[in-house]
Amino acid sequence: MTARPGRDIVSRLLLVLVLVWTLSPLLWQGITSLKPDSELMQLSPLLPSHPTLAHYRALFEHQPFHRIMLNSFGIAALTAMTALVVGALAAFPLARLPVRGKLLMLGFVLGATMFPAILTVGPLFMFMRVLGLRDTWWAVLVSHTTFALPLTIWMLANFFRELPEDLYRAARVDGCSPWQAFTRILLPLSRPGLTAAGVLAFIFSWTEFLYAFTFTATEASRTVPVAIVLFPGLHEIRWGEIAAASVVVTVPVIVLVLVFHRHIVQGLTAGALKG
Amino acid sequence: MNRQSEARTGYLLLFPALFTLTLLALCPILILFWLSTRYRVLPFGIDAFAGIYHYVVLLQAPRFWNSLGVTLYFAALSVTLELLLGLAIALLLSRQFRGAGWVRALILLPWAVPTVVTAKLWDWIYHPDLGVLNYLLQHLGITTAPVNWLGMPSLAIHAAIIADVWKTTPFVVILLLAGLALVPPDLYRAAALDGASSLQTFVHVTLPLLRPILLVAALFRTIDALRAFDLLYVLTGGGPADATETLSIYAYKILFQTMQFGYGSAIGVMMFAVVAMLSLLQLWLGRHDMRRLVGRLP
Repeated sequence: MTARPGRDIVSRLLLVLVLVWTLSPLLWQGITSLKPDSELMQLSPLLPSHPTLAHYRALFEHQPFHRIMLNSFGIAALTAMTALVVGALAAFPLARLPVRGKLLMLGFVLGATMFPAILTVGPLFMFMRVLGLRDTWWAVLVSHTTFALPLTIWMLANFFRELPEDLYRAARVDGCSPWQAFTRILLPLSRPGLTAAGVLAFIFSWTEFLYAFTFTATEASRTVPVAIVLFPGLHEIRWGEIAAASVVVTVPVIVLVLVFHRHIVQGLTAGALKG
Repeated sequence: MNRQSEARTGYLLLFPALFTLTLLALCPILILFWLSTRYRVLPFGIDAFAGIYHYVVLLQAPRFWNSLGVTLYFAALSVTLELLLGLAIALLLSRQFRGAGWVRALILLPWAVPTVVTAKLWDWIYHPDLGVLNYLLQHLGITTAPVNWLGMPSLAIHAAIIADVWKTTPFVVILLLAGLALVPPDLYRAAALDGASSLQTFVHVTLPLLRPILLVAALFRTIDALRAFDLLYVLTGGGPADATETLSIYAYKILFQTMQFGYGSAIGVMMFAVVAMLSLLQLWLGRHDMRRLVGRLP
């Protein structure tokens, strides 16, 4: 790069600006969660003079927040696992086997991700009512499959297709059935793809609001995003506890993003760049 | 010879996924269309034929046209801002510098934050009395009195758009960074040898190569912005005075606050039509670039 020094300083300043714009709202929520109530009701010290964990404690005392977190975690983990298993099974023939109507099926899969959730939430609500699944993990899990499954099919089909075809052919020539070639050769080589798809499915389920809000009623199945919206508070909004809950629900995602950054980026761009 | 058995295995493996998606995505959409022709109020067990009645009512309802306008305005402005800002940030981050990996990971964080949290944290920032935005503006002498950002119709929609831009620009940045990485460095070197200024290089080298991926980003973001629900529902609830009531929020209120599943479904069908038309329009406008991408489908 033949950058002039003046320009270098400008771009560095711009970079700082971008980071401030990106991170300061998050930091502010973190700071808010540590402020005692008295300091939330006025704004002259921007930073808490007496940082406190009271809001975090209140979170678990005022409502069964541990149960709500367990719901979120269980539903997201099961959604990701279901989508991975069913999605990998479907992605393999789409990538390698001579099935007819591949384009149509891929269009269907892609189309399923494009439907606004608001269109399916009414009919799904009626399903859940008829089947008596409202306010259970099942209701949320099943509805989350509608976006997690197309995601894993699409990403894994792309991933399998990029593994050298010769690997599959060689396994077949050596006497493996298609199923054996898939489970013994392709799957073990697909760990990066499976990780990317699984992490994304988990994040999308962990953060989802509309279905979870509609299909849950009590702490039996309520997830953290829903709990944040329905925060108990009769007369005043409990900003401190909302901030604390925000931190609790966001930290796992931040860890996932920082640890699996490369996988996530590959996953997000695979669909767009490679078809 | 064993092609047939391979295909048979293939259909067998595809079955669970296709069955699930048919049941959970296709059937609900068909039911939505059917419901829109019924009077259906869940708790009272009302269920009768309505034909196109809901559509006739809807097309005459000012609230429908308002929400359609809000939806289009929200999507158009937020997607435009996201693409411009995303392009600028991607160009900035595409250079090599120390800590580039970290910055690229940090930049992704707003995208991963639950939308509900995004709404709540901007709600707090925008708070008229206790919000940090008014505090900063007043201390810098830009405003003299606190502004009620979410309380005034003309401000609330823009406040929501800013929150949406904050949350979704990272996605655009990631796509464009991947696109920029595909530009062969030789082209930049050639442009520099020819004495092209950085603006000329950008307009004649970078932008044309980035066009397909820009179109994909625009398409994804438009579809997403048209169906935006969580952010607005939690931040403003569609208010004040329906100024931020998008089609999603309108449909949700009719469906689950009044339990009118017939009428609410008709709003859903209209929304389906809007999303489908605009996506097809974008695909048609970008058909030459899209063909290259579709050519690489599995």
